[in-house]
Amino acid sequence: MKDLEYTYAVARIRALEVSLLTGASIEQLLSCATFEQCLQFLSEKGWGDAGGELDAVSMLKREEEKTWEVIADVAPDMNVFDVFSYPKLYHNLKAAIKEVCTEARNENIFYEDCKIPGSEMLHIVENKEFDRLPGQMAQTAREAYDTLLHTRDGQLCDVIVDRAALDAIYEAGKNAADQIIHQYADATVAISDIKIAVRAQKTGKSAEFMRRALAPCDSISVEQLMKAALSGMDAIRDYLAGTAYAEGALALEESPSAFERWCDNRMIETMKSQKYEAFSVGPLAAYLIARENEIKTVRIILTGKQNDFPEEAIRERIREMYV
Amino acid sequence: MSIMSELGIVYALLGAAVAVLFAGAGSAIGVGIAGQAAAGVVTEDPSKFAKVLIIQLLPGTQGLYGLLVGFITLSNIGILGGDIAQIDVKTGLLILAACLPIGIVGLLSGIAQGKTAAASIGIVAKKPDQFGKAMLFPAMVETYAILALLISFLAVSGIKIQ
Repeated sequence: MKDLEYTYAVARIRALEVSLLTGASIEQLLSCATFEQCLQFLSEKGWGDAGGELDAVSMLKREEEKTWEVIADVAPDMNVFDVFSYPKLYHNLKAAIKEVCTEARNENIFYEDCKIPGSEMLHIVENKEFDRLPGQMAQTAREAYDTLLHTRDGQLCDVIVDRAALDAIYEAGKNAADQIIHQYADATVAISDIKIAVRAQKTGKSAEFMRRALAPCDSISVEQLMKAALSGMDAIRDYLAGTAYAEGALALEESPSAFERWCDNRMIETMKSQKYEAFSVGPLAAYLIARENEIKTVRIILTGKQNDFPEEAIRERIREMYV
Repeated sequence: MSIMSELGIVYALLGAAVAVLFAGAGSAIGVGIAGQAAAGVVTEDPSKFAKVLIIQLLPGTQGLYGLLVGFITLSNIGILGGDIAQIDVKTGLLILAACLPIGIVGLLSGIAQGKTAAASIGIVAKKPDQFGKAMLFPAMVETYAILALLISFLAVSGIKIQ
């Protein structure tokens, strides 16, 4: 009976799915001759605020806000969605620690649409009120703050916070009652691990660095991935070929952007089964990911159009749509 | 008059109550589930109100079937006319047993139909032109409520009351 709590939410999401961009809409956007025409097209599709100025940054930001507004409006329990907001939450922590430790102030570096918005996070870090942070985040904040203050090593601070974010995502997924949240969390951590391993291999990082950065998950063996990364790119591909990310290994051979696209497409593929669910949190999670995916794709197209990139270069980065 | 001889009418009345109560509860839960889904769709697209309302009402029939069987039972035992029949325990239990099919099947099919109706409302939300097909899925569940109604109706009508 607990899943019946989502009856209203799922029906509302079904009605909203009609307005998601389809593959055909993305093709139309891609065929727009200019950046301005793209913005006009998106505006006609209801993107941004009605009557507002045609500005790409504010339009995309508004769409992200709208997505979370819908989820907050329909979800019976927002705690289920913590797993999706952890990247933003931990980003805010990282940004706040750097702002405080470097005594520099930058604009627009925080996410406001998460549990602890930028100004509050900054206040917490400035006053060292780390105990106000949820769960393991307090310990992470203390460690990252002290590390940056004493070593001035920004990368080490990043590694500590990013690893904690991945651990939090994995933990939230493991404790989730819904299988789809578990799958999302595991895939997110595994894909992040693969990206870290590839970058670490390219920049010649040590085993100690990788052990600190890679987060354990179910579908990837961190030890084996680390050993592969120390051996070379071919070893990473060979290792991935024997995992659920075998196709990712092929994409990795093609280019880093092809791999990024494969990661997003795989997530969308995983979520597509939720189109046929009527009573669980799955369709809400899938809608959230679908919206993030389409916003990312639109951002890629707009950036490409703005900088006069050739159509082929934009096309190879376009993600599959959910609907 | 002994307690045993009084129990007959109690069992008969209990049968009418079971038919109305369980079938009505099934419909209430079913219409409630479908109603939540309908409200979700209308929040985003009020133009689909009529279509989702029709689907929402489908699980409501079990309650009517229960009411029909309950009404016939009350009529047969004379409660409606004010002339209460003398019913022995055996006849009372027979009436209770006759009312069970629509009571139990009404409850379970009402809930199941409500869930199916909610899923069908999802079809209307995305593809309003498929309304006819969307109606058919919850209508299939109705078959079993009708079968239970038939048996309860025949059984209650067939019991001889002096």
